[in-house]
Amino acid sequence: MCLAIPAKIEQLSGEEATVQLAGTTAQVVIALVPQAKVGDWVLVHAGYAIAVVPEDEARKTFALLAEMERLAQE
Amino acid sequence: MKTIPELRQEIDRQVDLLVRAGRQRIQLMEVCGTHTVALARGGLLDLMPKPLRLVSGPGCPVCVTDQSYMDQAVWLAQNRPDVTIATYGDMLRVPGRSGSLEEARAAGAQVQVVYAAHEAVEMARQNTKRQVVFLAVGFETTTPATALAIEQARRLNVTNFSVFTAHKLVLPAMRALLSQPDIQIDGFLCPGHVSVILGYKAYEDLARDFHRPCVVAGFDEEQILAGVAEICRQLATGQPQACSVYSPVSAQGNTVAQKILADVFHPADAPWRALGVIPGSGLELNEAYADFDTRRRIEMPPCESYELPGCRCGEVICGRCLPTDCPLFAKACTPRSPVGPCMVSSEGSCAAYYKYRWRGGKAAKL
Ligand code: SF4
Repeated sequence: MCLAIPAKIEQLSGEEATVQLAGTTAQVVIALVPQAKVGDWVLVHAGYAIAVVPEDEARKTFALLAEMERLAQE
Repeated sequence: MKTIPELRQEIDRQVDLLVRAGRQRIQLMEVCGTHTVALARGGLLDLMPKPLRLVSGPGCPVCVTDQSYMDQAVWLAQNRPDVTIATYGDMLRVPGRSGSLEEARAAGAQVQVVYAAHEAVEMARQNTKRQVVFLAVGFETTTPATALAIEQARRLNVTNFSVFTAHKLVLPAMRALLSQPDIQIDGFLCPGHVSVILGYKAYEDLARDFHRPCVVAGFDEEQILAGVAEICRQLATGQPQACSVYSPVSAQGNTVAQKILADVFHPADAPWRALGVIPGSGLELNEAYADFDTRRRIEMPPCESYELPGCRCGEVICGRCLPTDCPLFAKACTPRSPVGPCMVSSEGSCAAYYKYRWRGGKAAKL
């Protein structure tokens, strides 16, 4: 439940962002990372972005974290 | 970043130094359910040199939730026809005295799973005749979302939404564990995503007061081994400190999230499974948000704390035993018919051990 997975911001509107998350498009709240811009990678936990992360870190851990998220949903 | 063989060598070397200095066993605790799963999944527990052992801590929010809370949540679902329970999915199957939330739902209670806290606010807006009670569990990673949802409800004047909090703070529990004389913890592998919010400086006092390394690590195999290697290095040099080997974690953490949290909540005493009431380890709503506190809005019968019969979850989450030490493990208790929350929750130690380790004791990779 403390798992956050990396996602890339595609669009911003107010406190919400459209992100690419594990191959699907999702809406997340970005009020906790007001500095986030389109193109940034963020860590998303339960519908809320909690940190902006460097792209290489995001790409590196994406597969692992997404897989763990999938296992958690099983 | 070092490679896995390099990191293993590093760990072996430091452990060797420690053994030669007289340590017989080095026991580290991972305080994060996601680390528990990652360790079991990657077969990392089998890679550690013999004297080094990793045990799970109270890092799975569902597992640490006291039975009295579960029973009150099920009571709300069963006895208040005007209430809709909104909950994260992991809570559904935790057994209580009068059954689980899932069983209550099957018997007609309104129990809805949400993925994000704001979905519960939306649910209340759509169903103004119902009282939506959000079961707010989770550590620092999750609490800012609850705080934002409460602020949102106040802003939108949603009066039929309230929050039944069982939120927990990680640091007071780590301190409480170190005060238990029968649990050996030589260092902490600190939670990655909780620390994104907290910042690694938050562990400084604990590292100093108790002289224990507190190292934040990420979740892939290299990142976890790098964390373990750093803890061993600090132990060997006798200079424990708080630090992070996980790049998204800064010293100060997410200060925006910390501010929102402090606006809405203040620390309060809270009951934990097996650990009892730990001072200042939970969160209560500030007076300005009291209208959104389920406990103030709905009178619930007092429920007591207890251990589920036969289940050793309480000992598992304190590092007192491994899941495989429980006589019910993989026999009476499996993910299909879980006896305790450590087998229910996808992050629970018992579930992680069951999925990856119990067949012949060897970790099977996916
Ligand atoms: S195996 Fe089942 S009964 Fe035993 S400690 Fe784990 S959850 Fe409890």
